[in-house]
Amino acid sequence: MYTQAMDTLREEGGDKPALRTAEEAQLQQRFDNRIDAGEFIEAKDWMPENYRKTLLRQISQHAHSEIVGMLPEGNWITRAPTLKRKAILLAKVQDEGGHGLYLYAAAETLGTSRDQMLDALHSGKAKYSSIFNYPTLTWADVGAIGWLVDGAAIMNQVPICRCSFAPYARAMVRICREESFHQRQGYDSLLVMMKEGTEAQRAMVQEAVNRWWWPCLMMFGPPDDQSPNSVQGMRWGIKRVSNDTLRQKFVDAAMQQAEVLGVTFPDPDLRWNEATGHWDYGAIDWSEFWRVVGGEGPCNRERLAARVRAWEEGEWVREAALAHARKFDLKEAA
Amino acid sequence: MSTENEWPLWEVFVRTKAGLDHKHCGSLHAADPKMALQMARDVYTRRQEGSSVWVVRSDQIVASDPSDKDMLFDPAEDKVYRHPTFYKLPDSVDHM
Ligand SMILES: [Fe+2]
Ligand SMILES: [Fe+2]
Repeated sequence: MYTQAMDTLREEGGDKPALRTAEEAQLQQRFDNRIDAGEFIEAKDWMPENYRKTLLRQISQHAHSEIVGMLPEGNWITRAPTLKRKAILLAKVQDEGGHGLYLYAAAETLGTSRDQMLDALHSGKAKYSSIFNYPTLTWADVGAIGWLVDGAAIMNQVPICRCSFAPYARAMVRICREESFHQRQGYDSLLVMMKEGTEAQRAMVQEAVNRWWWPCLMMFGPPDDQSPNSVQGMRWGIKRVSNDTLRQKFVDAAMQQAEVLGVTFPDPDLRWNEATGHWDYGAIDWSEFWRVVGGEGPCNRERLAARVRAWEEGEWVREAALAHARKFDLKEAA
Repeated sequence: MSTENEWPLWEVFVRTKAGLDHKHCGSLHAADPKMALQMARDVYTRRQEGSSVWVVRSDQIVASDPSDKDMLFDPAEDKVYRHPTFYKLPDSVDHM
């Protein structure tokens, strides 16, 4: 989800492995053996250039997703219906900011700087998860995001806790510990509206679920047979479970939760399959996915503009804080 | 876009509760020590994970080189006599 980096690689033009010297081939062999033995790779260890690049792309895009992901929900902080919901939403959005920070820090261990990554985001070179290019039109969207978007994120992120690159895995462990509250508060908020709300509120919840369902299924990335970089990701222990497997797990879990909630999903082909023991679902409109990834989603421009504005308007604060610290250092030295 | 105006990097160590040691839990950028502490609190102890926080400038940490790993740590491998299990004692006193 937040990890669509490998799937959208074709957009950015993947690179071929370079010719290697004998010494490099030996290092490569040792690296492969460590991966096969299930060992973790630390930032200062030798690693193939493509492994480093792929991770950098994935971790930084994951970080961007957390940060841009604060925007759709942030839209509702000032308009939350009660003080309790406002405090919860603030805590949730603050968590996402923290997730972005853990991930930027993990990416920095690979030899890039925070400024470089932010520049890539602001100039449109780096991507973030397509899901955050959809608008939050009603209060029910906040609950739907918690339940479905964070739910899909958890599905996707749990296997990354076992990623071969240790700094990423450690960040993911911390993140996953915090995510569960995100999904539960969203579901809880929808549940209150469905069980105690008015007819209009119930309709609002159903309408929000209708809009978020398909984009959530797209969060897992293209079908396995159209995900050419997955094989390499699996080989490197960066990707542990395939897109379709995760998507199916998500659908199965969501069906049961929807029933308790009393909502339906906008897919006439959803059917229990006795033979497979899973829910079958209808065809996903992948042209929409690629359109949104390519910059033509409903909110792409707005989201990026909001990030760029925040960065530019904060420039004087960053400079002033640094100037203050340097003055203090000089005084210390004197 | 330059990195020379980037706030320096700090490593964060948190003591989860009294009696335990401080454990490394991550890093962050901050302009000065006071800000680093404040941000460490905001980022790493949002759910009462800490009772004390240390922050250390990352460039002040001296670390061993991963390629020296064997040289540094292998010599301890054949010193099995440093472990209590090396000594086989009669059953009656083996709980020693
Ligand atoms: Fe998150
Ligand atoms: Fe979340």
